[in-house]
Amino acid sequence: MENKQYPFYIDPKLCKKCGLCIAFCPTKVYITGEDDLPKIEHPEKCISCKMCFYRCPDFAIRLKPEVA
Amino acid sequence: MQGIPDSYSDYIAWEQLPHLWCAGCGHGIILKGIILALGELDIPPHKALLATGIGCSGRAGDYIACHRFQGTHGRTLAFATGIAAAQPDLTIIAFMGDGDAGAIGGNHLIHAARRNINITAVISNNFNYGMTGGQFSPLTPENSITSTSRSGKSESIMDICSIAAEAGANYVAKTTVYHVRELHKFLKEAISTKGFSLVEVISPCPTYYGRYNKIGNSPEMLNWLKETALPLEKFQSLSHEEKQKFFWRGKLVQRSREDFLNKYKKQQSAMK
Ligand code: SF4
Ligand code: SF4
Ligand code: SF4
Repeated sequence: MENKQYPFYIDPKLCKKCGLCIAFCPTKVYITGEDDLPKIEHPEKCISCKMCFYRCPDFAIRLKPEVA
Repeated sequence: MQGIPDSYSDYIAWEQLPHLWCAGCGHGIILKGIILALGELDIPPHKALLATGIGCSGRAGDYIACHRFQGTHGRTLAFATGIAAAQPDLTIIAFMGDGDAGAIGGNHLIHAARRNINITAVISNNFNYGMTGGQFSPLTPENSITSTSRSGKSESIMDICSIAAEAGANYVAKTTVYHVRELHKFLKEAISTKGFSLVEVISPCPTYYGRYNKIGNSPEMLNWLKETALPLEKFQSLSHEEKQKFFWRGKLVQRSREDFLNKYKKQQSAMK
């Protein structure tokens, strides 16, 4: 099995709550959470397609908080 | 990160974030695509240059950690041509908006393509001038509502890809930010192609175009792009009337005409 590294960390300081990650995750890993920030609700459903990472316009989706 | 080039983080000017673009603006998706393509091609930040123009997209250079240059409106390609001639080892990406590339800079674009200078032009086409309040550009579809066409744009759309292809570009492709894998593929191919390359990317400006034309917010605009951007062959089979309702995406040209600098150098050494 592929080494599971996703879903990612969402940086609340960078996220602008556009909703793209929530809308286009094919397995609905995210839900709209507190303050309209995306919340990783179903990590077990992630198929590691990285679409959320690719489409996030704000560089807010990352693997680890310490990257920056 | 698995499947994400190691240089990804090095390429981003994290200290400048959050960027000034609106929520759901497509510029960030394209900038990220450029960063990922450069990383996958093993081009390190000190070997790459991002040249931008004026407008919302013109700010892209602030958020990238490679060499960068912001020129005057529409003149990006003229400056980038000079840089390409002086620094032939740099990978040069000219990131422009539709106003930059099609209106004020249209002439530069034709000649950069004709000259076949080694630059990759990436056009973020959001169908309007976002920074100044959503005026239409030559690339805005006919009948669109914008702040300068309240009853619908009377002029027809400018097909910048066909113009660049006809002028002599070595690589021309078009896609949307919804089709993000295709975007990454085209960007990689464009950057790898010697000579002039152009990738047009249809991108949402939810603040103006999406709102004025009642398409909606960013996810709604991406759904709209998903429905309306058809593969090139399918688009070509439509009637003239039907074509007005859709966009095409795909690769228009890929060839290996000798690039300007190569030819120039050969001619110079033949004289000696
Ligand atoms: S990687 Fe794919 S499946 Fe996993 S959270 Fe992101 S979009 Fe959803
Ligand atoms: S795509 Fe990025 S900016 Fe948009 S809601 Fe998701 S994490 Fe936030
Ligand atoms: S005005 Fe439009 S193009 Fe400019 S940052 Fe906002 S969404 Fe993007």
